[in-house]
Amino acid sequence: MRKKTLLKVIKRLKHYIPMLILSILFAALSVILQLYIPILIGEAVDTCVDAGKVDFIALKPILVTMLLVTLFAGVLQWLMNLANNKMTYGITRDIRNEAITKLERLPLSYLDAHSSGDTVSRIIADVDQFADGLLMGFTQLFTGLMTIVGTLVFMLKLDVKIALVVVLVTPLSLFVAAFIAKNTYHLFKKQSETRGEQTALIDEMIGGKKVVTAFNYEDRAIERFDEINERLKEASLKATFFSSLTNPCTRFVNNIVYLLVGVCGGFVCIKGGMTIGNLSSFLSYANQYTKPFNEISGVITELQNALVCAARVFEFIESEPEVANVPDAVVLTDETVTGEVEFSDVFFSYAKDKKLIEDLDVKVKPGQRVAIVGPTGAGKSTIINLLMRFYDVDRGTVSVSGHDIRNVKRESLRESFGMVLQETWLRSGTVRENIAYGNPDATEEEIVAAAKAAHAHSFIMRMKDGYDTVIDEDGENLSHGEKQLLCIARVMLNTPPMLILDEATSSIDTRTEVRIQRAFNKLMNGRTSFIVAHRLSTIREADIILVMKDGHVIEQGDHDSLLKADGFYAKLYNSQWA
Amino acid sequence: MNRLCHYLRNYKKESVLGPLFKLLEALFDLFVPLVMASLIDKGIANSDKPYIAKMCILLVVLAIIGLTCSVTAQYFAAKAAAGFGSELRHDLFSHILTFQYSEVDRIGTSTLITRMTSDINQVQSCVNMSLRLLLRSPFIVVGALISAFFIDIKAALIFAVTIPVLAIIVYGIMLITMPMFKAVQSHLDQVMTRTRENLTGVRVIRAFNREGYELGEFEKENGLLYKSQQKTGFISGLTNPLTFIVINLATAWLIYAGALRIDGGLLTKGQLIAMVNYMTQILVELVKLANLIVMLTKALACFSRIEHVLDTETSMKDVKGEAPKDKNDTPFMEFSNVCLRYGDSSADSLSDISFSVKKGDIIGIIGGTGSGKSSLVNLIPRFYDITGGSIKLSGNELKAYPLNELRKKIGIVPQRSQLFSGTIRDNLRFGNPDATDEELWDAVRTAQGEEVVKGKENGLDSIVEQGGRNFSGGQKQRLTIARALVKKPEILILDDSSSALDFATDAALRHAIKDMKSAPTMFIVSQRTSSIQFADKIIVLDDGRAVGIGTHEELLDSCDIYKEIYDSQFKRPEEVLAEEARRKAKENGGVGA
Repeated sequence: MRKKTLLKVIKRLKHYIPMLILSILFAALSVILQLYIPILIGEAVDTCVDAGKVDFIALKPILVTMLLVTLFAGVLQWLMNLANNKMTYGITRDIRNEAITKLERLPLSYLDAHSSGDTVSRIIADVDQFADGLLMGFTQLFTGLMTIVGTLVFMLKLDVKIALVVVLVTPLSLFVAAFIAKNTYHLFKKQSETRGEQTALIDEMIGGKKVVTAFNYEDRAIERFDEINERLKEASLKATFFSSLTNPCTRFVNNIVYLLVGVCGGFVCIKGGMTIGNLSSFLSYANQYTKPFNEISGVITELQNALVCAARVFEFIESEPEVANVPDAVVLTDETVTGEVEFSDVFFSYAKDKKLIEDLDVKVKPGQRVAIVGPTGAGKSTIINLLMRFYDVDRGTVSVSGHDIRNVKRESLRESFGMVLQETWLRSGTVRENIAYGNPDATEEEIVAAAKAAHAHSFIMRMKDGYDTVIDEDGENLSHGEKQLLCIARVMLNTPPMLILDEATSSIDTRTEVRIQRAFNKLMNGRTSFIVAHRLSTIREADIILVMKDGHVIEQGDHDSLLKADGFYAKLYNSQWA
Repeated sequence: MNRLCHYLRNYKKESVLGPLFKLLEALFDLFVPLVMASLIDKGIANSDKPYIAKMCILLVVLAIIGLTCSVTAQYFAAKAAAGFGSELRHDLFSHILTFQYSEVDRIGTSTLITRMTSDINQVQSCVNMSLRLLLRSPFIVVGALISAFFIDIKAALIFAVTIPVLAIIVYGIMLITMPMFKAVQSHLDQVMTRTRENLTGVRVIRAFNREGYELGEFEKENGLLYKSQQKTGFISGLTNPLTFIVINLATAWLIYAGALRIDGGLLTKGQLIAMVNYMTQILVELVKLANLIVMLTKALACFSRIEHVLDTETSMKDVKGEAPKDKNDTPFMEFSNVCLRYGDSSADSLSDISFSVKKGDIIGIIGGTGSGKSSLVNLIPRFYDITGGSIKLSGNELKAYPLNELRKKIGIVPQRSQLFSGTIRDNLRFGNPDATDEELWDAVRTAQGEEVVKGKENGLDSIVEQGGRNFSGGQKQRLTIARALVKKPEILILDDSSSALDFATDAALRHAIKDMKSAPTMFIVSQRTSSIQFADKIIVLDDGRAVGIGTHEELLDSCDIYKEIYDSQFKRPEEVLAEEARRKAKENGGVGA
């Protein structure tokens, strides 16, 4: 699993191979130069033999070399940073673009089944985390490895025995770090579980603050909170303390290494095996040798985490896209659409084990109005999903103008329907852009005409910047009714041959509703329309009423025949006057 | 800052001992290069093996003491930080619970939740880090400087120059990149907005075949994000190379100056090596300090947000003690000239509303969106205080009742049905923890929810998931109605709360409540005339004013707006329009005549 993800990351690295090579090259050169400095310092120290006996002629070139080496190493390090930035952010940009490209082609069934919050967090937070891990990996993993190898080589060159001491003792610090990490893992888990429990309570109590107030629940809420809070305190103390042992412990081991080098080196020096300058170089290598080990263990956890995040994005990117159009799909145009729609023997359900629509037969003649009625959650929107081919039927056929919609080019099918949903979605942008959403080339006159037809012109003109007013995210500066009018205007501009409308319910006041209704009526004139209806007047006037309950179409017919049948519809209708 | 310390008050010992032990450890760290120097100068130079051994033992002792001090310090820091977080959380939570509607409206729920969770976590971990490092790093820098001076004053002057230069570089880069990081963040927000819009609007985007356009827009935003990340990386990538260069230049300078001093017999080799070591230590600590300062700035920002919430006091005055005695010979409730203006808005949301209510009455409230229906009923349990006029309950001003006594009398079913995680029983007992099962079932039956509870496997013990997401809208609504009934309220407020019920259930509910043993006085807010047409009194609101008060029949005769609402629900729009046109024509004609 992890390997597969890694391969996918590598595949996406392909465009960045020159950068990668540069980055490794810069890292290697910069590390070698950096490691050369302690040797230079050692040599410099050795020129200072004693009072009056300092060899300035030898010292000066050493110091000049040191200056040059430092400058080069610094510049190379910076170049490496730049190369790494380019790679990391390039890859994340590519992955995000890939993800959105995928999003546009995913079937609705996927998007409906996954919460949008989860998908957003995959594309934003996970990719970000992945970038962080990758960047850290590039910068620290290469340099870390190079440093280890480099130091080892330099130390072996200076003195094999002391080098061995360092090599043998250092793993101890790794072992200590790993031991602590392993044993604190469950403490952290405990902490985050308790924290989650507390967040859930906070979420509910503050999110439901108004209910809490209304029911005098405050004291009981605090009681519950404090109980969790006490546990959280304990868990957090343990997790923080035990994990914070890593630093002192590894530092202790490092100090021991330092000490051993000092002592062993001291004895070797006395024997004349090396100079004091050599010893000083050795001491700084001993210091440098352990550091990358600690860093690398950190980097590896980070990289693992990054891979987990990458896997979540890839999972999204690799989900099955919508079925492609059939090879010689029919293209519907305004001329070829007659407005005839037929459901025959349609079976459909969202989940295999939960039957929904069974054996639905509806025949709609051109220009007829179909009202879909039933209680909330009865599955009225399912019909819309099938008509727009957001979902495909399990069995049977839905046909438009005599063509099975599976043989129709998806884009042209959707273009032949105008859709106004109760959940009004507007894009962040100006009012004008929103009205022209389906037809960006529309002229100013056409846009204003559409707005007027939708009874939206007057309120648009009352807004601060008229048609240039910017609608913020979620359209919070508009009322629900106004949003709906804009959505109607958006459809008016396109005047498609067939319509799907979802009537507003209680959230709109009745007088605005009258205006919307007027706009709807104008729109429906002469067009085959499907209306999720709440208003009795719409229902009464429909040519076909589909009565839905619990996902099934239980009755079908016009108002009079359904009343005569005295079934569920009649009950619904009569209860208005109960 | 004072506030911060306040929350450490019960952890004084820990918050002093933590840094103290950390300083001790640092002190021993500073000794190490000195000991190493004398090991080189005395031990190696004189080939004095016993001296080397002695120094060796000293180093081991220093390392062990260092370890002990540091572990102790970590413990105290962790304990103080955990305690700090816990007390701050408790205080903030209790404080938020004292807020009334207007504060919750003003600050916003999601903001309050972030303050409670991620903000406090940030501050807590910063307290932990600060106790450990805030003193240690400067101490080591200063200590290294002092030790260097101790060894050789002239050579140590190089340190005095290097440290400020390093500080300027590190903080300079930080200052330059801070706004750049903010820009990156805002680009990321844009990318997130695009992503979210693409998800929420997927049906519309596909219906209009605009996938390609949305893709292009996203790629544009994403490209901008990439550019700003590159720009930031260009500068922030300089930190390490620059500090590295400065430190090594300083070292070269130090060696040259040291060589001159050694030549003059003023310095030993070992001392020179010790000074080079101090230089390295300074570099390490400065980098740590820079990170800590970034963290500290963030945490202080978090804390000031928390403080802001803590400083917000609820504007609603509460009286202590018992509820006042009911007065005789007064209407059960009396609204006279009631006005309400929210916060700093410029217009009244309710103006000059007067009516009275008999015990057991059903009051219907109807009107358009924003006409003030919910505002009116929210005044009864004092979710908001009136800004003019008076409301009396049993002859006493509402303000004379202690808040919780007043709210005990009132059952509310809010517009948005909200259940809490737990069992159905927990939820029903929300306002009355002592209710018996029998009482619960009674309430459930009245609320037309018997099927809902019986339909779940474990009846009253069935689990309600967070937000009640395992119940449908209608089911939730029935349970929230039952929850209000379990309180056995004297006054029941249904705030447009039967909208998810079909007509038949809605009617059955109203009848069942009417038939209750001690039927409460009811306020029903609705958009549907069918829900309120049988009320004893209907109040028609328009733009915050009562434009009609009376029964259904009276209002149909006398109140144009009521008639308009009624017609829009029971007649075809064409009829409504035609009627409107006729009326207008008549009015115009009237003027002309």
